Amino acid sequence: MKTLGDVAVGGSSTIIKLHGSGALRRHLMDMGLIKGTPFNVVKVAPLGDPIEITVRGYELSIRKEEAAIVEVE
Amino acid sequence: MAASELHIALAGNPNCGKTTLFNLITGQNGYVGNWPGVTVEKKEAKLSSDKSVTVTDLPGIYSLSPYSPEEQVSRDYLMSGEPDAVIQVVDATNLERNLYLALQVIETGLPTVVALNMADLLERNGDRIEVEALSRQLGCPVVMISALKNTGIAELFEKVREVAAKKAVTPEHSFDAAIEEVLTRLEGLLPDNVPAHKRRYYAVKLFERDEAATKLLKLPAEQAAEAERVIAQCEADCDDDAESIITSERYGVIAHIVDECLRRAPAKMSTSEKIDRVVTNRWLGLPIFAAIMFGVYWLAISTFGTAGTDFTNDQIFGDGWFFLGQGREAYDEAAGAYSDAQTEIGAFVAVAGEQGIDISAYTEAVDAEDAEAANAAAAAIAAQPAAADIRATAEFEDEDTGEVTTSSVDAAAVIKDAAVAEPDPAEFGPWVPGVPDVVTGWLEAAGASAIVIGLVVDGVVAGVGAVLGFIPQMFVLFVLLSFLEDCGYMARVAFVMDRVFRRFGLSGKSFIPMLVSTGCGIPGVLSTKTIENEKDRRMTVITTTFIPCGAKLPIIALLMGALVNDNEAAWIAPLFYFLGVFAVIVSGIMLKKTKLFAGRPTPFVMELPSYHMPSVRSWALHVWERVSSYIKKAFTIIFASTVVVWFLSNFGVYKGVFGFLPDVTGGLEEFTDYSVLAMVSGALSWIFAPLGFESWQATAMTVNGLVAKENVVATAASILHISGATENDASLWTAFGAMFPTVGAVAAFGAFNLLCAPCFAAMGTIRAQMDSAKWTAIALGYECAFAWVVGLMINQFYLAATGVFSVWTVVAAVFAALILFQLFRPMPKGAFGEDEEPEGARSAA
Repeated sequence: MKTLGDVAVGGSSTIIKLHGSGALRRHLMDMGLIKGTPFNVVKVAPLGDPIEITVRGYELSIRKEEAAIVEVE
Repeated sequence: MAASELHIALAGNPNCGKTTLFNLITGQNGYVGNWPGVTVEKKEAKLSSDKSVTVTDLPGIYSLSPYSPEEQVSRDYLMSGEPDAVIQVVDATNLERNLYLALQVIETGLPTVVALNMADLLERNGDRIEVEALSRQLGCPVVMISALKNTGIAELFEKVREVAAKKAVTPEHSFDAAIEEVLTRLEGLLPDNVPAHKRRYYAVKLFERDEAATKLLKLPAEQAAEAERVIAQCEADCDDDAESIITSERYGVIAHIVDECLRRAPAKMSTSEKIDRVVTNRWLGLPIFAAIMFGVYWLAISTFGTAGTDFTNDQIFGDGWFFLGQGREAYDEAAGAYSDAQTEIGAFVAVAGEQGIDISAYTEAVDAEDAEAANAAAAAIAAQPAAADIRATAEFEDEDTGEVTTSSVDAAAVIKDAAVAEPDPAEFGPWVPGVPDVVTGWLEAAGASAIVIGLVVDGVVAGVGAVLGFIPQMFVLFVLLSFLEDCGYMARVAFVMDRVFRRFGLSGKSFIPMLVSTGCGIPGVLSTKTIENEKDRRMTVITTTFIPCGAKLPIIALLMGALVNDNEAAWIAPLFYFLGVFAVIVSGIMLKKTKLFAGRPTPFVMELPSYHMPSVRSWALHVWERVSSYIKKAFTIIFASTVVVWFLSNFGVYKGVFGFLPDVTGGLEEFTDYSVLAMVSGALSWIFAPLGFESWQATAMTVNGLVAKENVVATAASILHISGATENDASLWTAFGAMFPTVGAVAAFGAFNLLCAPCFAAMGTIRAQMDSAKWTAIALGYECAFAWVVGLMINQFYLAATGVFSVWTVVAAVFAALILFQLFRPMPKGAFGEDEEPEGARSAA
C-alpha cells in the first residue's frame, strides 16, 4: 500500500482511502483529505519530519506517522 | 426590535480573521473566561455600535465533529437556543476548506450570514467571487468584508438583523440523491418534537453515528434499530463508512459551489509561498530560526528593552531623572566634584580627630544628615591653627574600573572643599525626582510615622517598582514575538521544531509558550491555549515555567557573581537556560511514561496559514493582553505580598518585646535577625538542609521567591544588611556566597529557585489555565519536587566529589537512578490504550 508519506518531495498524487478510525481520521477528513482529493508534497521539515503538503489550495503540515493512514495512488 | 436583546455567535476556522473582526466590532472590552467544564476560552462582548447586541466568539474550529472540546462547545452553544444568528466568517482566499464548516453551521438551522473576509487580499490575488451566486447556493446572505480594512461591516449587520428576525432557516444545499433519500428516511424517524429547521441537522448527526449529538433525542429503541439498518444498508451500497460518506458529500457540494462562484486568476506563486520556500527550507530553516530568535533577544534583552528597564529601575524608581537627559552631563560632573570634595573632607577630619582635635560638631552634623552644617564644621576644624600641619590621604575609587587613586589633603584644600555645595539636580535641567523620594516627601509632609513611610516606600514602592522595571524588556519582547505569531511565522516554527518536541511527547506547538516564558511565565502559560490537545496543554503548562523568565535573570546574575565572581561571564547565563531546557526535556520524557500523560502522541495535522501583515490594531491588542497580564500582577499579588513580607521582616520579638523592630531594637542594624520572617524561615529551613542551604536567610530568599522571583535579590540585600545592593554589587556576591558552605550548595540553591514553582501570580495563572485544583496541585507539586531533587543531586554529588559522604549521598544516588530508569525504560505496555482513539474520544466522553 502506497501512503501519503511515500510520495517524494515535489511529487503529487491523489488520495484513495483513509485507514484507521477515530479522531485522527475524522480530523484528516475535516481538513479535506478524502477519497479522490489531489495534493502536492511541498517540503520536508529540516529535521526530516513532519512534511508539508498543499491540498484544496492551502498548506497543511502532517507527520509521516499520521500520513501513513492515508492511502494514495 | 431595537429594545430586545440580540445574541450573535461568531464562527469560523482558525486564521480566518475572526478575532480581528471580533475586536473590531466590540472594541474588545468584554468578558473572557472558559466554556463550562473545559479549558477552552470563551469571549463575549457587546457590540460597540449597539449595546443591545451581544457577540460570542466561538473557538476557531474546522468542523462540528464530536472529537475536540473546542468543536463540542461550539456546537453545544449553537444548538442551545441562545444565539439568534450566526456570523460565519470565511477566508475568501481559502474558500474551499472554509465552506466546509460554513455548510455545517448552516445545517444547524440557525439564521446565518456568511462574511467573506479578506476581500482585499482576494482582490490583490486577482480572484473574484460571485457573491450573488454564492448566496443563492448556500441559501443565506453573503457579505464581502475586510476586518483588517474595516469595510463591509455596516452591510454585514444589516443582513444579520434581517436574518435574525426570521428565527429559523431550513438549510437548502442538498447532497447526492441516494444520500438525500436516506437522510429523508432518517428525518422521518426523528421524534415529532424536533422542529422543522433542526431536523436536517439531527438526521445528519444520526447518519454519522454522532452519539454525543443524538443522545439528546432519546430515540426509542425501535427507531434506533431502524436507523441503524438504514445507515448500514447505505454504507454497504457506497462501500464506505457513514462519516466518510457525509464528508465526501459536503466537499462534493463545495466543489460544485466553488466551480460556480469562484473566478480564479491564473495561478502564480504567491508571496507567501516565496517567503516560505526560504524560511522553512530544509537547510536554511534552522539557521534562519536561530538568527531570528537571536535578533529578538538581542533587541529585547540586550539593547532597547534593557535600556528601558535600567531607566525604570535606576531613575524612575531610583534617584530621579532628567527629562530627555537634558543637563545630565553637567549634573554628573558637579555631583562627582561634590563627592570627591566630601571624600577629602572625610579623610582630613578623620586624621584631625586622631590628633585630638574636637570633631564632634562635624560628626553630629553628619549623623543629622545636615550637609551644610557638616561643611561649616569641617571648615571650622580646618581653620584651627592645630590643623594647619595635618596631611591626610584621600582614596578615590573609580566606579567603572575599580581603580583606586589617592591624593594628599591639607587644611587649605578642606576649606575650599567645604565651600562646594551639594548640587541640586533641578538647577541643571528639567529634573523629575524618583518615585521613592516623591512618596517619602509626601508622607513626611503629611506627618506619617516611620512605620508608614517604611511600609510604603521600602515595601510597596520598592516591590511594585521592581516588577514594573521589567515592563520595557517585556514590552519589546512581546512586540516582536506577537508579530512573529500573528504574521504566521510561529506556525512554521512549530513545523520546524516538531521533530524535537515529539521525542519527549509534546508537539511543535509547545515551543511557542516556552519562547514567551523567557519573558514572563504568565503570558507563557496563557499562550498554551493554542495547543488543542488537553494532555499536551497540561504538560506544557507544567514544564514551561522551568524556562528562566525575565525576573529570574537577576538571580542568575547574583549566582554568577557568587560562583565565579564575575556576573558578565558570557558562558554562565546560557548554562541556566540549558538547565531549564534540560528540565523540560527530562520532565517531558518522564511524565509521558506516567499514567497521567500516557497515550498516543497527539496528531500534528496543522494548517500553515499564509503569511500576512497583522493589522496594527490586533497586533497592539495582542501585546497589550500579555503586558497587561503582567502589570495586573504588579498591582495585585505583588502589591499584597510585598506588604506581607514587609510586615514579616520588620516586625518581630526582640528581648521578649514584640513590635516594630527598628523601634524595639533601638535602631539595631541587624534587626531582621529577630523578625517573624527569620522565625518562619528558620522553622522551614530543615527542608533545604540536604541541599546545603539551611540558613534562615537562604530559606527566606526562597520563600520570597515564591511570592515573586524579583524579590530574591532584594531580599538578599535586605537580610544580609547591604542596603540597596543589586545583583551587580561585588559586596552582595561575597555576602551571599558566605551563606553557603560550598560552591555546590550555591548551585543547588540556584537550581532550586529557578526550577521550583513560579511566583504567586504565575501559580494563579496555572490554576486558571488548568481549571482544576487537582491539576494545579500536580503541576506545582511536581515542579517543587523536581527542583528539590535536582538541588539535592547537585549538592550531594558535589560533596561526594570532594570526599564527603552521608546518608543523603545515597538518597541522591537513588533519585538519580530512578530518573535514569524512568528516562530510558521503554514506553509502558498498554500506555496507548486498547482503542485506536487518542485524546479526542476520551475527552468527548
